[in-house]
Amino acid sequence: MLIPIIIMVVKVLVIFAGLMTCVAYMTYAERKVVAHIQVRKGPLFVGYHGLLQPIADAVKLLFKEDFTLAGCNKIIYNLAPLVTFIPALLAIAVIPVGDQITVAGETTNLMISDLNVGILFIFAVSSLGIYGLVLGGWSANSKYSLLGALRSSAQMISYEVSLGLSVIGVLLLAGTLSLNEIVKAQSGGILDWFIFRQPIGFLLFVTAAIAETNRIPFDLPEAEAELVGGYHTEYAGMKFAMFFMGEYASMITVSALAATLFLGGWSGPILPPVVWFLLKMSFFLFSYIWIRGTLPRFRYDQLMRFGWLVLFPLALLNTMVTALIAIL
Amino acid sequence: MADLIRILASIFLAIPKGLATTFKHLFRKTITIDYPRKPAKFAPRYRGLHYLTRYPDGEERCVACGLCAIACPSDCIYLEPEENERGERVAKLYEIDEIRCIFCGYCEEACPEEAIRLGWEFEFSQYDRKNFVWTKEMLLENFDKLEKGRAKGFIREKKFQFRAEPETYF
Repeated sequence: MLIPIIIMVVKVLVIFAGLMTCVAYMTYAERKVVAHIQVRKGPLFVGYHGLLQPIADAVKLLFKEDFTLAGCNKIIYNLAPLVTFIPALLAIAVIPVGDQITVAGETTNLMISDLNVGILFIFAVSSLGIYGLVLGGWSANSKYSLLGALRSSAQMISYEVSLGLSVIGVLLLAGTLSLNEIVKAQSGGILDWFIFRQPIGFLLFVTAAIAETNRIPFDLPEAEAELVGGYHTEYAGMKFAMFFMGEYASMITVSALAATLFLGGWSGPILPPVVWFLLKMSFFLFSYIWIRGTLPRFRYDQLMRFGWLVLFPLALLNTMVTALIAIL
Repeated sequence: MADLIRILASIFLAIPKGLATTFKHLFRKTITIDYPRKPAKFAPRYRGLHYLTRYPDGEERCVACGLCAIACPSDCIYLEPEENERGERVAKLYEIDEIRCIFCGYCEEACPEEAIRLGWEFEFSQYDRKNFVWTKEMLLENFDKLEKGRAKGFIREKKFQFRAEPETYF
């Protein structure tokens, strides 16, 4: 009785700690990679080549003054960062990071919870993060925040549809909603990966995922040139950091999901499954930064037109074709 | 439909091209100058802190003609002449207000004796505005420092050619 509980606690702690480390070092990696794309050097002074920079940043943010705005709705203002941050962490719970292992006679999957509706859970939980953005933008009683929040809600709702539809192709082929089963369906070798059977679905998923996580080139909610900072304009210190940790955590979740759905998750030869999973995930994380260093931001009307007139019909078409083939 | 084709074309042609460009940049040598930790590099004709030159025998070149003060667009040079014991005209006072100075280099162009020059020193911040007036002694000292550095093969000096040396003019 005790052993499964201990195993579960250890799994939760390890995955949580891993995720938080990833979040911290994602900021470092982003600064470093974008710097080198721009032929700069990036963080260099804190630790060896700036490796301790995330810790220095965290300390700085913790010691910032925790002020409350005069015109804000205090409860919602303080709650909103958490509302963004926690769902982003929750979503990682159903992603399998490795194969089954046997510890002390107990066989366990290397995921916190093997839900049979894993993908639905991820979509449900990660969509909750929008509430944090909207409430944060609204409660600060500032026009920039409000505009940023409105944009972000409109954008996330628009792209959520395409994101969901782009995954349906994979679900139809795999015939299951459980992420572990989806990985097993692809474990036969590189040609079994769904990226080769669902290339359009893959592209749609990646595009919609970037929009969903409010990243460049879809970072309209933040649009620092027009909106100062968007929904987090009026936030500072750890509350501000919370929004960003939420954003990075959802980036990591989406990357992990993309690796699971399209690149075969933890399956791979020679190396241990966890390493394969991390490699595939870091490929997507690197692409995030790479794309950020390459593409300029969309205009708002372009964003909406692209979402509804390009991504959405393509996703529908892809779903229909896949469904037809799956039936035949 | 036309929109769709255009956007798809951009996705499959333009975006990979852009991504390839940025990926190439990722491996370029960075152009950041690590300045406070490593010495900065200068253009050969950089105009920094002034110095007053001397003849090889240590005699100062300035004859206090005042052309530099006249040429100076920001009026930052003040000088008073006097006669030395050999009856030669030398500067009694030669002051440059480095806050007023715009480092245009007109003074060195105006100088008939190649006495006032602009060097490469730029790290001369002070805590008090009053300290920004460089007197004749300080300007001569700048030259002495420069000479000493040149004799030692001072790294920063080795990177570039001096402008026409005073000696080469005669």
